[in-house]
Amino acid sequence: MPITTLLLLALCLAFVSFVIGRQRAYAVAKKNGGTKNLHSLPGHYGLMTGLWCALPAIAIIVGWKLFEGPIVSSLLDSSIPQAIHDRGSIAVDLYKNEINNLAASGNIAAEPSIEKQNAANRLISVRSYSSIALLILTIAAAVIGASLAYRKIKTDTKARPIVERIVQFFLVAAASIAILTTIGIVFSVLFEALQFFKQVSIVEFVTGTKWSPQTAIRADQTGASGSFGAIPLFMGTLLISAIAMLVAVPFGLMSAVYLAEYASIKTRSIVKPLLEILAGIPTVVYGFFAALTVAPLIRRMGESIGLSVASESALAAGIVMGIMIIPFVSSLSDDVITAVPQAMRDGSAGLGATKSETVRKVVFPAALPGIVGGILLAASRAIGETMIVVMAAGLAANLTLNPLEAVTTVTVQIVTLLTGDQEFDSAKTLAAFALGLMLFVTTLILNVIALRVVRKYREQYD
Amino acid sequence: MTEPTSGESNVNESNSSQPDPSSGGDNAVSSTSVTQRRDTTELVKATLARRYAAEKRFRWYGIIAIGASLAFLLVLLTSIFIKGWPAFTHSYVKLNVSLDADSLDVAENPTDKQIRAANFSGVIKKSLRERFPDVKKRKAKKELYQLISGSGEYLLSDKVRANPELIGQTIDVWFPADDELASLLKSGDDLSDPDSIVTRMSHQQIGFAKALLDAGETQTRFNKTFFTSGNSAEPEQAGIKAALVGSALTLLVTFLLSFPIAVAAAIYLEEFAPQNRWTDLVEVNINNLAAVPSIVFGLLGLAVFINYFQLPRSAPIVGGIVLSLMTLPTIIIASRAALKSVPPSIREAGRGLGASDQQVVWHHVLPLAMPGIMTGTIIGLAQALGETAPLLMIGMVAFIVDIPQGFTDAATVLPVQVFLWADMPERAFVEKTSAAIIVLLGFLILMNAIAVLLRKKFERRW
Repeated sequence: MPITTLLLLALCLAFVSFVIGRQRAYAVAKKNGGTKNLHSLPGHYGLMTGLWCALPAIAIIVGWKLFEGPIVSSLLDSSIPQAIHDRGSIAVDLYKNEINNLAASGNIAAEPSIEKQNAANRLISVRSYSSIALLILTIAAAVIGASLAYRKIKTDTKARPIVERIVQFFLVAAASIAILTTIGIVFSVLFEALQFFKQVSIVEFVTGTKWSPQTAIRADQTGASGSFGAIPLFMGTLLISAIAMLVAVPFGLMSAVYLAEYASIKTRSIVKPLLEILAGIPTVVYGFFAALTVAPLIRRMGESIGLSVASESALAAGIVMGIMIIPFVSSLSDDVITAVPQAMRDGSAGLGATKSETVRKVVFPAALPGIVGGILLAASRAIGETMIVVMAAGLAANLTLNPLEAVTTVTVQIVTLLTGDQEFDSAKTLAAFALGLMLFVTTLILNVIALRVVRKYREQYD
Repeated sequence: MTEPTSGESNVNESNSSQPDPSSGGDNAVSSTSVTQRRDTTELVKATLARRYAAEKRFRWYGIIAIGASLAFLLVLLTSIFIKGWPAFTHSYVKLNVSLDADSLDVAENPTDKQIRAANFSGVIKKSLRERFPDVKKRKAKKELYQLISGSGEYLLSDKVRANPELIGQTIDVWFPADDELASLLKSGDDLSDPDSIVTRMSHQQIGFAKALLDAGETQTRFNKTFFTSGNSAEPEQAGIKAALVGSALTLLVTFLLSFPIAVAAAIYLEEFAPQNRWTDLVEVNINNLAAVPSIVFGLLGLAVFINYFQLPRSAPIVGGIVLSLMTLPTIIIASRAALKSVPPSIREAGRGLGASDQQVVWHHVLPLAMPGIMTGTIIGLAQALGETAPLLMIGMVAFIVDIPQGFTDAATVLPVQVFLWADMPERAFVEKTSAAIIVLLGFLILMNAIAVLLRKKFERRW
């Protein structure tokens, strides 16, 4: 029975017990002189019954489904002949897959042997037992929970605090998902990265200058030995991000200054949302535009003045990425510029400074920490940006600072290494996680510094 | 500035050739400072033109920055619109097909199965040959056959199966043109001058096209296929329906997960959380997660949900989970702002009437904050709709022909479809890609418009 059906069943049972519980509460109230003599509202008793019904049932379903796979798989292990075990884990996985397919569809490529057929039959029977057991357990838990709660419906049972405590628990759990996510990211990336560093030394990874992640499939193959020096990727990322920042910072900052200091309220109310459209356009659209329109344009322009430009030049990706970040820089700078107290501007104007002098010599220095924070956030976004570079930057890991050549970035390599089918524990796939770890740590550091700077700055003027 | 120091500086400056314009305004007593003041005034006057020019320049920088950003937006949107518009129509060619049983290779009263096996492509080829009887050479015939899309025979087959009496008759049928022919016909180029046209078609094929066009046997209609079919390697048969359904399913999962969790987390953090380190940690985490590159969430999804929990690859359920983790921070931050804007007097009034803290929240604060929360949610979902990179990591880059039926079927989403088509070499896929982008942007505009409307309609100033 699929998990959604089971969950729906549990929810239906919960609703039924909610109704029963509430009716019971009314009945109890009637006997004791009206609802005013109950500790809580009848609805709270209903909710209590419903929660006591649903929670154990759902816990059982979720727990069962989490552990069913591994347990069934280990049961399957016992029916695999020793000969296969001797051939290593890949052969075992293959064997298991065949049995799974046999159980699911009844046929596999080769004529199934008797052992396989038996194993498949066993698998089917284990699964059906498991499914029936789960169904019975779920219903039992729901009914027991509900009836326990039902018996507790009395005038002095504190149903509201009970319900509220459960609800409070869920609120805390929901808030903690943010932490769980962070932990999940750190562990998933870190574990795989550590696996990778067992195969490739971390020194080679961080200091090597050659990146060609093609590893040999068989040990006796020659040539494609794979080298994992990530310096070209870091340089490529930095190059493209630097170009992006060179575009985004002046344009974003000047837009923000104009909007905050010069523009009338009406202009501001029109231009600001328009600029924000730039931030709302999906990055894949920018990537398409960069690859199809901007890159050929730059190539043609370069050729007309006698420069050879790669068709996947860093310049095209960088410029388009910069344009994408403009609204990001401008809205963050706008916030900090408007947070500078008016008194400082008035003081400067009183001394005879023009508006631009005020902006350059008073507002700007005052807002600088906040602006720097904003720029750092924008830089972290540029470093982590994926789609534009995947579509418009190259795959070749050239170690160069020439923006007209093709470079590759960390994110491009992660995507290339992980799309398509490959073994999960090959050095090639694991390298993607090591790159992911680098990416995560870098952006995290940038973000933490930026957020701290911005927050400090806000406190200064609030 | 005190009197003596100011006097001192005046003495110093009267010796120097360049007096400081900022001092000497106050003390008109001594004769030196009178000349000083005149100097200053003249100095200010002398530099005024330059300063005003600088002011004007500065202003222009701002206008240029904004103008350039908006111009880019305009260029981006128009170029995509111009490229994508033709994809919403497709050209059809009228052919006179004789469906005699002989050339179809079927019996007199064929069964459905026999019709399905009938030689429709031969019939189409024959009618093409009859339409252009001069064509004799093998190569020329091959070129002629290329004019009609490969889907023509299925169209004809469906027609005959729906109405078997057609066998033996000669009918006029509009066949979808091949993608190259369609681009040629839609471009409106002058077909009598084949050398001026950029196309992969040969001169002979252009001649066929001209003959068909002049005879009025071509027609350009709304391209229904684009909205009713899945992906295909043939541009004229490729459509976005599978991607649209995939996007809808993924977004539904995202909404169902992120909305309740985000609202619960926001309520906890804004209304109940004690000021302690745990709360601080949660808040820092949420702010950081909002700035983590989206591709890292993809790595999390791959390592945890696919490799550890063995959820199916390419499935909307995994995509939805990953995207909801990614959008959670956005929605939480927006919801907190909405909850914060509800004035404390509402809460106090509720408590004054005897409501518990949670009753105050559920009955009063949350409903009042709902418009703001919904706005934030829609904006978060719009972000999720345009996201590509994390979905590449969890294998939603599959080539999806069939419309996904459920949350665990292999699916792709609209932005990933854009990414996939952007890589295709055929020219017709450029317009398909642009058209898919137009549809995507249309949805994003719709969602943002709803968010703005919600805010306008329900926003309350307290």
